[in-house]
Amino acid sequence: MAKSPRLFKIEQFTVRIIAWGDIVVLVGLAGLLYAGVRLARDASTVISGPVISLSPSALPLYASLSLGRMTAAYILSLLFTLVYGYFAARNRRAERVLLPILDVLQSVPILSFLPVVLLSFSAVLPQRLAAELASIVLIFTSQAWNMTFAWYQSLITIPKELREVSTVFNVNAALRFKILELPFAAISLIWNSMMSWSGGWFFLMAAEIFSVGQRDFRLPGLGAYLHEAANRGDIGAILWGIGTLILVIVALDQLVWRPLLAWSDRFKLEMVEGEEAPTSWFYDALLSSNLVNWFLDRVYHPFSERLDTFFGSTFPTPSQPVVEKSGRPWLLYLVGSIGGMLLLYGAFGAGQMLLSIQLKQCADIGLGVLATLLRVVAALFLAFAWTVPLGVAIGTSPRLASILQPLAQIAASLPATALFPVVLLFMLRFPGGLNLAAILLMLMGTQWYLLFNIIAGAAAIPQDLKYTTVLLHMSRWDRWRILILPALFPYIITGGIAASGGAWNASIVAEYVQFGGRTFHTVGIGSLIADATEAGNYPLLLAATLSMILTVVVINRFWWRRLYRLAEENYRME
Amino acid sequence: MNGESPLLRLMNVSQIYGTGQRSFKAVALVNLTVTEGEFLALLGPSGCGKSTLLRIITGLQKPSEGQVLYRGLPLKGVNPQASMVFQTFALFPWLTVLENVEVPLKARGIPSKMRTARALDLLDRVGLDGFETAYPRELSGGMRQKVGFARAMAIEPELLCLDEPFSALDVLSAEALRGELLELWTSGNIPTRALLMVTHSIEEAVYMADRIVIMEKDPGRVVKDLKVPLPHPRIRKDPKFLDVVDRVYAILAGQTQPEHVELGTAPGEPGRTRALPHIVINELAGLLEHVVELPNDRADIYRLAEELKVNSDHLLRLVEATELLGFATITQGDFILTSLGETFGEASILARKEMFATRIRRLPIFQWLIAMLKAAENHQLEWDVVQTALELEFPPEEAQRQLDTAVNWGRYAELLAYDDNAELIYLELAGSVPTPSPEGRDNGSPQVVI
Repeated sequence: MAKSPRLFKIEQFTVRIIAWGDIVVLVGLAGLLYAGVRLARDASTVISGPVISLSPSALPLYASLSLGRMTAAYILSLLFTLVYGYFAARNRRAERVLLPILDVLQSVPILSFLPVVLLSFSAVLPQRLAAELASIVLIFTSQAWNMTFAWYQSLITIPKELREVSTVFNVNAALRFKILELPFAAISLIWNSMMSWSGGWFFLMAAEIFSVGQRDFRLPGLGAYLHEAANRGDIGAILWGIGTLILVIVALDQLVWRPLLAWSDRFKLEMVEGEEAPTSWFYDALLSSNLVNWFLDRVYHPFSERLDTFFGSTFPTPSQPVVEKSGRPWLLYLVGSIGGMLLLYGAFGAGQMLLSIQLKQCADIGLGVLATLLRVVAALFLAFAWTVPLGVAIGTSPRLASILQPLAQIAASLPATALFPVVLLFMLRFPGGLNLAAILLMLMGTQWYLLFNIIAGAAAIPQDLKYTTVLLHMSRWDRWRILILPALFPYIITGGIAASGGAWNASIVAEYVQFGGRTFHTVGIGSLIADATEAGNYPLLLAATLSMILTVVVINRFWWRRLYRLAEENYRME
Repeated sequence: MNGESPLLRLMNVSQIYGTGQRSFKAVALVNLTVTEGEFLALLGPSGCGKSTLLRIITGLQKPSEGQVLYRGLPLKGVNPQASMVFQTFALFPWLTVLENVEVPLKARGIPSKMRTARALDLLDRVGLDGFETAYPRELSGGMRQKVGFARAMAIEPELLCLDEPFSALDVLSAEALRGELLELWTSGNIPTRALLMVTHSIEEAVYMADRIVIMEKDPGRVVKDLKVPLPHPRIRKDPKFLDVVDRVYAILAGQTQPEHVELGTAPGEPGRTRALPHIVINELAGLLEHVVELPNDRADIYRLAEELKVNSDHLLRLVEATELLGFATITQGDFILTSLGETFGEASILARKEMFATRIRRLPIFQWLIAMLKAAENHQLEWDVVQTALELEFPPEEAQRQLDTAVNWGRYAELLAYDDNAELIYLELAGSVPTPSPEGRDNGSPQVVI
């Protein structure tokens, strides 16, 4: 299968552990959260959710609603990506501000914003619209960062000669975008879009099933359908729901992503014919379709020709600036300082609000963070325990890979949050069930990152080294210690970074659930956030959300980033 | 084809990178005139700034100092009358051959029909008829470069700049393409008024150009401007041809200066530090062994390149190293071993190491490094510290490569040791060496010479 290892690559643009940018962004986030919490004060205390029909005939509507939210968020992410990445790549000054922001944002647990965003939106917008927009914003914040990094990385790695060619021949910006920048970034953008999209499902499902106390924020969609079905213990409806979800995901893969991959193969830079190009039956069918060809010949080509001429004549080849200008700094400064002041004001407000937190609540927060941390660690250990042996087995045996990898990919494509209500249905019967269910959800959400990275790592171990270990009569243990584990190390770390991020996100929906008319809690920062939302305790909500963000960023920097650096420097096969 | 009016003039052009104490002259005070009807070759070792010069001439880069005049007017931005062919072809892999040639025309807003007709005509002229719809990756290197030529000529440039256009091609394709370019040029079938080619192949320059401008590095500058008074087509075995080649070799290899200038000064001291040529010691030994076998311990440099199957740039680096170490001298294009070089060529591995060690101890850069290490605690220094110190003399990348080379030589000579894990450079003194980890050392162990 053509799942590239780069799919799971986390872009790390800097090797510094902590930078000034982190602090600025964290302060900014505090300011934003404060604004949200202030708005949330006016949110109504009772929000009635939608009535979810369990009839299978309602599923097409629910599926298209879910899909619509995903599409809206994706379009937003793509626009953001193109603009933000372009500025960061083109403008030195902007780059120094924009990149650190991006770097922190991608390590922040996005789902922790959900309650604040929902509450603040519902305070100023009609209820249904607020929930819709909140889900879209949430999906957007989960999708945009890695795509932006991919686009930025592509822009700055365009080969010097190709840029020089465009300059020597006076290619204008629009044409340059069309024939150079977009094609060069296409493959990486598509892979990252796929990754964003599958991550987006996780957040969409979480947003669709979110409800606390008297406030029911659920949205009509596939997630809510599954939630309701599990709630009522309707096994038939659960199967219908899961079936539809799988159908939607497979259809998207076959009708959108595979064709895109097959099409984008032409954009690879290698000048040699590749091993095996990605193929897609749907793409082949489109290519041979008369209608499509008619459209290309009669509509698309003339239109793009018209567009090129328009840009060519409207912006006649400027005498290219030899050194890239650093833009209009005054504008940047103005916008930057106004925005900065607003955020500072917000952060100040946040600080004041935090002062009202009592010692007891601080202790609760500390305990919550610790409890969730333990769960995350447990989930990661469980994930390691089964993915390392299986991943190595699949990665080193092509026969096993051909059987197991497609299965694993289908399993991985199902968003864990969609299955969570089903898990609850079974787990809540046991004592400490929610605790186990929470760990299970974290595991479900994170194990795939590890598995696919380990498969990629195991497949990349050079054959010569494997032969050498055999020739040296190494024991099985020695083989693991001397060859396999060190070779896997960078891959394990890369997978681990993604996995731990996913696990923290899961805590928001996993530690506090309303199920079968009852509310279940377990100790944790996620449940604390939900509790505060339910009780309308805004200072606590702010404090808990901020502590979670801070914890994750700190762990990321002081644990994962160090390991990542170690992996990059000492354990890379070249 | 002697020119009448000057097309292009460079006046005191310099290119400086970096600022303050850490600034480096890539190109220093170059004056150059290109007249109409001229085929000019810019020749020099890598790092002499010839490609930088080409980018200044096309307007891709603005010189830090000096002026570029095109037809008497100062050049602002990219020169619309100039076009360029790239060493790596620089084709858009996702566009067909035809679309690639159309790019410059599209950028000028030429309508679709006219564009295609002109592009097809160009492809026809370079012999790519029938390959319009192919993608670059389906073509051989030679054919790709033909697309590069067709694209460069699409805008009918007055000045065609060629950046080592043949050096990424295999020998046969390069030869064929050289002939075809010369044919296009000498037949006057193209509107181009002048050709400017950057190359590091001496033979190629002599084979093609009317005039050769020879450059040297540190800093990049013009050292000689030489006419090639031979009619086309030129024949490589012709004694007159060989005579010109020999002269060029002599100029490039024979820049011998008095010893204190030759060796340079230590980093941080007034005066320039002589850069170490980046060579592998095994190859140096291979060269000396080869020449020891020859009568009189001497060889024609031009022949040497052929016999050893290395390109001239590479060979000149090796020659520079042998000269620097006192193993050979250059006289009138001949490479002559000194008695030291002769001994080295015949010596055992251990004896070679000893000789090598005594020779590199004379070099100010090693004297400086060893003195620093001696003064340091435990006779060890972090790699980064040394590199930072070297950055006062060289640009950061070059500083790193200099240190790479120095450590490599030092390891071979058993003067230095390097621990890759801790990134520490040690002085290899009997008794005082801390034991670095095994991986850190084995790179410096003696290896069997070619």
